[in-house]
Amino acid sequence: MIDLSIDLGFLKLKNPVLAASGTFGYGLEFAPYIDLNKLGGFVVKGLYFNAREGNPPPRLVETPAGLINAIGLQGIGVKKFTNEILPRLLEFRTALIINVCGDDEEEYARVAEHLDGRKGISALELNISCPNLKQDGRCPAMDPDSTYRVVKRVKNATSTPLITKLSPNVTDITAIAISAHEAGSHALSLVNTFLALAISLEDRKPKLGNVFGGLSGPCIKPLALRMVYQTSSRLDIPLIGIGGISSGRDALEFMVCGAKAVQVGTANFINPDATVAIIAEIEEFCRQEGISRVEDIVGTLKETVKKSRL
Amino acid sequence: MFTDKEARIVKKTLQNDFAALTMESPAIAPHCFPGQFLMVRVLPQQYPLLRRPLSIHDRIQSRLSLFFKITGEGTALLARKNEGDTVDILGPLGRGFTFDRNFKAKPVYVVGGGRGIAPLYFLAGELKKRRVHVRIFYGGKNSKELPLLAKMRSEGFNLDCSTEDGSYGIQGMVTDLLKKSFKSELPAFLYACGPEAMMKNVYILASEHGVSSEFSLESIMGCGIGACWGCVKRIRKDGIGTWVKICEDGPVFPGQDIIWEKND
Ligand SMILES: Cc1cc2nc3c(=O)[nH]c(=O)nc-3n(C[C@H](O)[C@H](O)[C@H](O)COP(=O)(O)OP(=O)(O)OC[C@H]3O[C@@H](n4cnc5c(N)ncnc54)[C@H](O)[C@@H]3O)c2cc1C
Ligand SMILES: Cc1cc2nc3c(=O)[nH]c(=O)nc-3n(C[C@H](O)[C@H](O)[C@H](O)COP(=O)(O)O)c2cc1C
Ligand code: FES
Repeated sequence: MIDLSIDLGFLKLKNPVLAASGTFGYGLEFAPYIDLNKLGGFVVKGLYFNAREGNPPPRLVETPAGLINAIGLQGIGVKKFTNEILPRLLEFRTALIINVCGDDEEEYARVAEHLDGRKGISALELNISCPNLKQDGRCPAMDPDSTYRVVKRVKNATSTPLITKLSPNVTDITAIAISAHEAGSHALSLVNTFLALAISLEDRKPKLGNVFGGLSGPCIKPLALRMVYQTSSRLDIPLIGIGGISSGRDALEFMVCGAKAVQVGTANFINPDATVAIIAEIEEFCRQEGISRVEDIVGTLKETVKKSRL
Repeated sequence: MFTDKEARIVKKTLQNDFAALTMESPAIAPHCFPGQFLMVRVLPQQYPLLRRPLSIHDRIQSRLSLFFKITGEGTALLARKNEGDTVDILGPLGRGFTFDRNFKAKPVYVVGGGRGIAPLYFLAGELKKRRVHVRIFYGGKNSKELPLLAKMRSEGFNLDCSTEDGSYGIQGMVTDLLKKSFKSELPAFLYACGPEAMMKNVYILASEHGVSSEFSLESIMGCGIGACWGCVKRIRKDGIGTWVKICEDGPVFPGQDIIWEKND
């Protein structure tokens, strides 16, 4: 029997595989395809206080081994979520994480307050890193001070554990990670999508209604992996690795680079059972390699360069 | 909704830029209705990454057919598959046409433009089985863009065609055919699928004549199962226009609920 469980300190997971926000609906959409109880957990679509319209279509463009999206966080708002969806999620025995959004610090805090103390919620993931909201793709996670302020404000508003989701659209992700850590975040998830552009050459027009979008999928994996490694090398805080994970091997690479858990995003679109398949592949790899506890693989990358050089 | 990772292709036909694939899929076929679609994985590799949405074109017992135009790399690769190969499919997805209606012995119009005929063929067949008097109006740029013509004719469908260059049927648009026909009779219902500009004109014409209608819309889809909010179109819900996921609430909508895009 291989022990797949992971201890994040503030939360114990059955296994290291979570479904990523925005790629898994509110969870229920996947119930016809997989047994949600098998997951380490799932993160629901980002929630603002009020319902949101989202961006005008087209909202998606496919690129080689990637996807650019500019959904603009369309959603039902946190009240409708707690009234209509949350009660239906309580039957599942898996970690439920709520992706929290806001136009300003106050809104993040209001959403967090509304969710505080509710049964069934394992943690909040602060989405301070969505690139699809402002014309220039800016978000709080691009700046250490804004990151600190949002995390601190939410920390004061809730007793639920906080995971801060970082943006890759920065020069030094470790500086942002340090800010989130100092503000009291219990864990970090990285990364959100890469700010990107696709155009139609013939029309000389952007392909997305929002002009810019966020790139995800297999093509971002090496970039995300690098950022996870950089962060784990500098900081002692649980990390959740995200970016292009579509197999058990991908997931394990993130763990070797220091992630305690992973999130699977775009791969859910290609196979609704991607998460479950990845869990099975992780288990199989451990069996083959004689690893009895998957957590033992975390942070085992053999150094060929000194950490100070990263 | 079911997954069939190995639906075996039992028949393939190519005609100009169009391909038809018939697959054996006992897991999915029995559950399909006209207007629903499949998400089709073109290849097991990471390119093309996303599944392609394709309408269910026909269903005979445990077999399903797709009929598509080769418009880009995904459809080109799919058309290269051969009999005996397998395809990874997910479906049936979405809400199809509502066709179990009382048409009061009046004719029902089925209006297709180009590849939009794909789901309508399945619909027309089901209507015919229910002894509904179906008339098909079919338009395309030229005779090559009317690929199912010979097949539908040989199966005894009542067909009126138009081509923009006059290479087959009347010269003009499918709306010209409808305008003419509406002078002598009004159908009990109208179903349509095709380019959006065409559907919009068909809707305007139908509503001017008080004819109720349903249209099948297209949009780029990330997941096909309601999880990504990528596929939205402007739809009236309780009188208010909102971005609605067409993979879940559609792709078929009543004409009066669709907020048509402005023409360029
Ligand atoms: C519900 C639904 C049913 C459809 N049924 C049929 C059918 O029966 N027969 C048929 O010929 N076509 C159908 N289409 C259109 C078909 O999905 C596209 O032609 C196809 O995805 C193009 O893929 P590609 O890789 O060849 O083109 P590319 O242009 O290379 O595709 C790039 C990306 O854009 C997407 N895309 C491009 N055009 C469209 C489009 N018009 N609609 C949706 N996505 C698009 C592709 O899926 C892919 O993700 C349907 C679309 C929808 C939404
Ligand atoms: C369509 C789409 C919608 C997304 N919506 C959200 C969201 O609401 N909140 C969030 O924090 N991240 C969102 N993301 C980012 C993903 O959670 C994930 O960080 C990113 O896609 C990278 O992982 P991947 O390559 O496995 O997809 C979204 C991504 C996609 C593709
Ligand atoms: S295609 Fe993902 S929600 Fe419709």
